[in-house]
Amino acid sequence: MTVKSVIEAVREAIAEEMERDPKVFVIGEDVGIRGGVFLATQGLSERFGSDRIIDAPLGEASIMGIALGAAFRGMRPIPEVQFSDFVWPSINQLIGEAARTCYGTNGAVQVPMVIRMPYGGGIRGGLFHSQNVETHFFHTPGLKVVAPSTPYDAKGLLKSAIRDNNPVVFLEHKKTYRLVRGEVPDEEYTLPIGKADVKRVGSNITLVSYGLTLHYCLEAAEVMAAEGLDVEVVDLRTLTPLDTETILESVKKTGKLAVVHEDNITGGVGAEIAALVAEQAFEYLDGPIARICGPDVPTMPFAQTLEDAYMPTGDKIADGLRKLAAY
Amino acid sequence: MSITIELPHVGESVVEGTIGKWLKKPGDSIKRYEPLVEIITDKVTMEVPSPVEGMVVHLLAEEGETLPMGAPIAEVATADSPEGAEPETAPIQLETAELETAPPVAETPAAAAPPASPGTTGYLLRDVTPVGPTGGAAVEISEPTVAAPAPAPQTVAVTPTPVATTPVAPAPSAPSALSGQTRLSPAVRRLAQEHSIDVTQIPGTGLGGRITRDDVLKFIASGPTQTAAASPAPRIQGDTSADGQETYITVTPVRRMIAEAMVRSVTEIPRAWSMVEIDVSGLVALRASIRGEFEPKLGSSLTYLPFVIKAVVEALKQFPTMNATWGGDKIILKNSVNLGLAVAAPDGLIVPVLHNADQLSIAGLAIGAKDLADRARTKKLTLTDVQGGTFTLNNTGALGSASSGPIINYPQAGILTTETIQKKAVVIDDAIAIRSMMNICLSFDHRINDGAEASGFMSAVKLRLQAMAPGSSIY
Repeated sequence: MTVKSVIEAVREAIAEEMERDPKVFVIGEDVGIRGGVFLATQGLSERFGSDRIIDAPLGEASIMGIALGAAFRGMRPIPEVQFSDFVWPSINQLIGEAARTCYGTNGAVQVPMVIRMPYGGGIRGGLFHSQNVETHFFHTPGLKVVAPSTPYDAKGLLKSAIRDNNPVVFLEHKKTYRLVRGEVPDEEYTLPIGKADVKRVGSNITLVSYGLTLHYCLEAAEVMAAEGLDVEVVDLRTLTPLDTETILESVKKTGKLAVVHEDNITGGVGAEIAALVAEQAFEYLDGPIARICGPDVPTMPFAQTLEDAYMPTGDKIADGLRKLAAY
Repeated sequence: MSITIELPHVGESVVEGTIGKWLKKPGDSIKRYEPLVEIITDKVTMEVPSPVEGMVVHLLAEEGETLPMGAPIAEVATADSPEGAEPETAPIQLETAELETAPPVAETPAAAAPPASPGTTGYLLRDVTPVGPTGGAAVEISEPTVAAPAPAPQTVAVTPTPVATTPVAPAPSAPSALSGQTRLSPAVRRLAQEHSIDVTQIPGTGLGGRITRDDVLKFIASGPTQTAAASPAPRIQGDTSADGQETYITVTPVRRMIAEAMVRSVTEIPRAWSMVEIDVSGLVALRASIRGEFEPKLGSSLTYLPFVIKAVVEALKQFPTMNATWGGDKIILKNSVNLGLAVAAPDGLIVPVLHNADQLSIAGLAIGAKDLADRARTKKLTLTDVQGGTFTLNNTGALGSASSGPIINYPQAGILTTETIQKKAVVIDDAIAIRSMMNICLSFDHRINDGAEASGFMSAVKLRLQAMAPGSSIY
């Protein structure tokens, strides 16, 4: 085991899979000579050459279209969207085509590609470098959506995603890149897509989250532990397919649920989980399902005070837990 | 006067930087915007300019040292104002140009290896206050903190509050909507059904007295003995002592609860007492005028009690510290008025509680009080019926008393008695008149209220009762 950051884990996963399978290649803006703006592909151009680490023009539709076509022909592309905020020009290639190809061809054509996207705010990135985009893909059948929170999960899941024959949207919260560190095995490993992870075992309330806010949940759980409340924290890790079994099992145990995400509240992942629990664990609920999420504002604000107000941080989560505990 | 220069924040996701090369040494003079130091991050290498003109005094970091964004790196003495107005430690906003200068350098080695965390859980480095491209607030991230530090890092600036099991004070606007036993969560319904439990026997500890899942589980765990308090009490049976000189009566749970409250009251509450005389001639006439119409609806005799309750609950609203509890370091005001009514029952005096009495009309109070009194006498009260009182009223006048010194129903702030109504000769405007007079007596917790509040409260009761007259609405 070696302690690594999330960005190091991502870089290692890409390098190892490129080493293992010559069909794997990376395409994106500044991924080659520059090594990516977050340095996810640093050193890979020198190592694998510019025909496998491809610097693309500033055109997401082209990047996604090239990757899609290559995937049709059996390659395993890893298109990088430099910031998830920039994905919108490629939505037709992604949702209109990639998500539907396997189903539409009755399995004759598969799309084994991994769309990597740094996402999320809290980094003073302002309106165009902080967006949470997961709900759009979460809503779309035919895509898998992965959103890890730790280096261990990021590496294991990214390797699985690259080996998967379906299009996988791989969401990396950019604030976790260098802020979150953790042990990563030195030996080869993968993690299954679609399996949540209970990051903290508790008995009073279930907290469900993913990505950066997962860490804020763990902080809040510790604060509440000091106040006598035993909180279970479930890290979804994968949004699609959703690990309903782990969520329901936890809620049946605790009787209370709060879902936390940075993405805005309406129609989000939290709403879907609330509906799931209301449908399938209704008789186990001992309180209203709480959503502690970003507010419904058009995008992450730039001003420090407004960004602080936006982010569902540990203190806000702890407040929500107190209310739920008192109910 | 020296200015502290901080390692500037240089972009998204970068939390630390390495001192590449000092371009100035202590003693050198430096101009504003002149490069001071070369900083290497895993994204860029850049020169940091001095924000002020002056002389470099100290370099606070070695070349090759890796520091968190915002860490102090140098001190520069400004040329002017040796005794300047600026505070010595004022952090300075650094202006750094956009950072696409040099090709990216090798990623800096991570700071000292953090402690291993268990399992697969990663940990958040102590959070960096986002400062954007212009530098700013100082932060420390040199000690990577595991995601679970006991004193939370700055992102979790939670004020210590009482343990979560303390119910949040219900919003005063909607106590009735949340109170009562009727709102049961699905989990509570399921558990009650599975264990064949009558939930009305379970005291609720949730918001507004809601029965929580934990309440049910505790009730189940406590076994069938709990139900004794709610089920009809066993007939009082006395055991005769060996010498035949004494008889021992087993204390019922309800009796025990009252006894404990009385003992706690006199041992803990410094009690003060006051009496006020009230002219209730108008009230007597009002009651007489509506008995014929109202008593058939009520199904029993209309007493003075509901009128007095009305006056008392309104006075409690006016003097909220009388509807309160001593909390040691604070006075706890109760948002609901749950009035305890002393009733003579087979076991002795019992005090069922009229919950949310402030939301009822005189007619409603008459019905509620009658229901409680009936159930007290027939032993049909549940545990909840005798819990949650915030103030107590005792009609000792019904027993013929003209004055009494009641014991406060612990932990309430006070208890009021209404004494017998007697016609008396009183002097009004230098003339002697015959009026119906009644005493009210108040025992109150002198820790919470002084004589001024107590007198004010009693005056408020008095004014309301004296204002009642034929024609006053009871609905």
